[in-house]
Amino acid sequence: MTREEVLVKINEIFRDAFDDESLEVSDATTANDIADWDSLMQMNLIEMVEDEFGFQFSMDEAAGLKNVGSMVDVVLAHC
Amino acid sequence: MDCFNYPIDVKTLRRKKASIRRTLLEQPNLIEKKIAVLGGSTTNEVVDQLELFLLSYGIKADFYQSEYGKYWEDAMFGSPELDGFEPDIIFIHTNWRNIIDFPQMNMDKTQVDDMLEAEYQRFEGMWQRLSEKFNCPIIQNNFERPNYRLMGNRDVWDYRGKANFVSRLNQKFYEYANEHTGFYINDIDYLAADFGISQWNDAKYWNMYKCINMDAITYIAQSVAFIIKSIYGRNKKVLALDLDNTLWGGIVGDDGVEGIKIGPEVPQGQVYAEFQQYCKNLKDIGAVLAVDSKNEEANALAGLNHPDGVLRPDDFVDIKANWEPKDRNLEQMASELTLGVDSFVFADDNPAEREIVSAQLPGVAVPAMDGAENYIKVLDHSGYFEVTNLSAEDMKKTDMYHAKAEASKAKAAFADYSEYLKSLDMKATITGFEPIIVQRVSQLTNKSNQFNLTTLRCSEDDIRAMEESDDYICMAGRLVDKFADNGIVTIVAGKIVGDALDISLWLMSCRVLKRGMEDLMMNQLVAEARAKGINKIVGHYYPTPKNAMVQDFFDDYGFSLTDTDDAGNKKWELNVGDYSEKVSYIENEILDREVQ
Repeated sequence: MTREEVLVKINEIFRDAFDDESLEVSDATTANDIADWDSLMQMNLIEMVEDEFGFQFSMDEAAGLKNVGSMVDVVLAHC
Repeated sequence: MDCFNYPIDVKTLRRKKASIRRTLLEQPNLIEKKIAVLGGSTTNEVVDQLELFLLSYGIKADFYQSEYGKYWEDAMFGSPELDGFEPDIIFIHTNWRNIIDFPQMNMDKTQVDDMLEAEYQRFEGMWQRLSEKFNCPIIQNNFERPNYRLMGNRDVWDYRGKANFVSRLNQKFYEYANEHTGFYINDIDYLAADFGISQWNDAKYWNMYKCINMDAITYIAQSVAFIIKSIYGRNKKVLALDLDNTLWGGIVGDDGVEGIKIGPEVPQGQVYAEFQQYCKNLKDIGAVLAVDSKNEEANALAGLNHPDGVLRPDDFVDIKANWEPKDRNLEQMASELTLGVDSFVFADDNPAEREIVSAQLPGVAVPAMDGAENYIKVLDHSGYFEVTNLSAEDMKKTDMYHAKAEASKAKAAFADYSEYLKSLDMKATITGFEPIIVQRVSQLTNKSNQFNLTTLRCSEDDIRAMEESDDYICMAGRLVDKFADNGIVTIVAGKIVGDALDISLWLMSCRVLKRGMEDLMMNQLVAEARAKGINKIVGHYYPTPKNAMVQDFFDDYGFSLTDTDDAGNKKWELNVGDYSEKVSYIENEILDREVQ
C-alpha cells in the first residue's frame, strides 16, 4: 500500500470518527487542529485504524503518535 | 439494525457510532431515562456504546458520569451534579483492578477473611447509601478473573490466591443481590471468560487508557443494556419456532417421523434434543413458545410427539403449521395473544424466511440461526429473555434481611471525607522540572484540558527554559497512595516580576481530583514565594470549552478577583501575608526542598 492510499483510508476514518464529511487531514494534522481530538478520541482513532488495517498498535507505537503522518508511518510498518 | 444482532458487529458500532445514533434517534415513541454511571475506570466509551444499545431497545438515555475512578466517592459523599441528576438507574462500572487489597502470601486465613469483609463492606456501604438517597435500581459489575495466576492452578482454591479472593468477593455480592430487590449484578466475570480473559486484560488498554480492551467494552454495554431494557419491560415474550431443521434435523413431511434426527442416536439428533431442552427451560423463566412452520399440521404434531423429543405439543401456546407466509402467521398469533409483534423472536434456520419476516415485521427479533450446533449460543447471547424479576412473591424476603443489612452498614466505610482521605496513605513529592521529568511535564501541559487554568502548551525546551531561569518557580507534584503510584499529576509554574509571582501554568490530572493535592501545591507555592520575598501572587484563568471546572479555583484560596474581561478571562490576586494554609491529608516528603 502506498502512503497516499493509507492517508485516504485514514481520512475516511477521521470523517466517521468526528462525524464530519468535509474533514481533510494531512500528515501534519495534529490534535491541536481538530477541536474534539482529545485523549478519548485518540483511543478510538487507534482502534478504528486497527480495525481498518487489521493489526494492533504496540504500546510504544500508540504512545509515540504525534500527528496523522506518524499514524500513517505505523500503518506502513505493518501493512 | 444488524450490527446489534449476535454476533454483534463491534467494528461498525465503533466506527459508525455517530450515524447509527442519528438514525436510532429518529425512531418514534422513545422512552427517556437518566442513567448515572459511576466508574472505577474510564467510562466514556461504555456510555457511548450503552447509549446505542439502549436506543436499539427504544430507550433514550441521558447520562451522568463520575470523574475518572471516583465511583466510591460519588456514592458515599455525593456530588451536587449527581444529586441534581436524580438518576433512574445507577450503574457501578468497576473491575478487579478496583479491589484495594489482595491477600499476601504470609497472611493467615483470619487476616484474609478480615480483608475480604473490609473490601465487601466498602461496596455494601456504597449500595446502601445509594439506595437510601436515590431509591432506584442499582446495577453492579461483579469481578472478573485478574490478569495472572501467581500460584498457577492453586491460585483459584488457596485462600491467598487472587483468583480465590475475587471469587469469594463475588459470592458476597451475589448474597446481597439475592437479599435485595432492585439490585442487579452485571456479570462481567462471564463476559471476560467468553471474550477471553487474556485479551480482556490486555495491559495496553489499562495502562494507556484506564479501561479494559476496547472491543470488550461493547459487550459490557450490551450486557448492561439487557438488564436495563428488561427492567423497563422491553424483554421479548414469545419465541416463535420453525420445526424442520430448527427443532429437529430433516424434513418431517419428507423423511417421516422415524427419519428425523432428534435424540441420542446420532450427533445431530443430540444437538437438536439439547436445543429443545433449552427452549423448554426458557418456559421456566416466563418465555412463551409457539410454532410457526410450513408443514401439514398432522406432520408437525407427529414430529413434536417423537419419543426422543423433549418438547411436546402442549409446551406451545399456539402451533401454526400451515402453508401461509410466516409473517402472516406471526401477525395473527400476535393479535390472538393481544401482543405487539415486537414481543416476538422468530427462530428459523432458513435465511429466506428470516428475511421475509424481518422485512414485513421490523419489530420482530430475527436471530441468525445458522447451524444447529449454534442455536443455543445465538439465543443465549441475544438477551431476549433477560431475567431481572422472577416470581415477585419469593422476593419478599427483603424485610427479614433488612435488619442484618442495617447492622452491617454501621461497620461500613468512613464517617466523612477527611477520614477517607487519611485512609489513602497519600504521600507527595514536589520537585522542580528536573531533566528526567521534562518530557512528562511537557506532555501533561499538552494533554491536560479540564483541570488546567491557563492551558499554556509547552515544548520540552519551554519547560527546560523555565527550570533554568532564576525568574521562575517551577513545581511538579507526584502522588503515591496505597493503591498506586500515580506518577506526576500536577504542574505549577510562575514567573517572578518584581515582588510579584505571576502564575503562568497550573494544571492537574483529573485522576487525583478531590484528593487535596492542589491544596498541598498551593501551600508549597506560597511557602516558596515567601522565602523569595514575594509579596503578591497573581493567578489567571483563561476559559476553554473544557476547563470550566477551575474557573473559580483561586477563590478557594483567598485570592481576590481583580479583573474579568468579555472573553471570560479572569485575573486574581493574593497578598502572600494573608494566605491561610490549607489542611492537607497528604504527607509532603519535600518540605525541606531546597529553595533556589
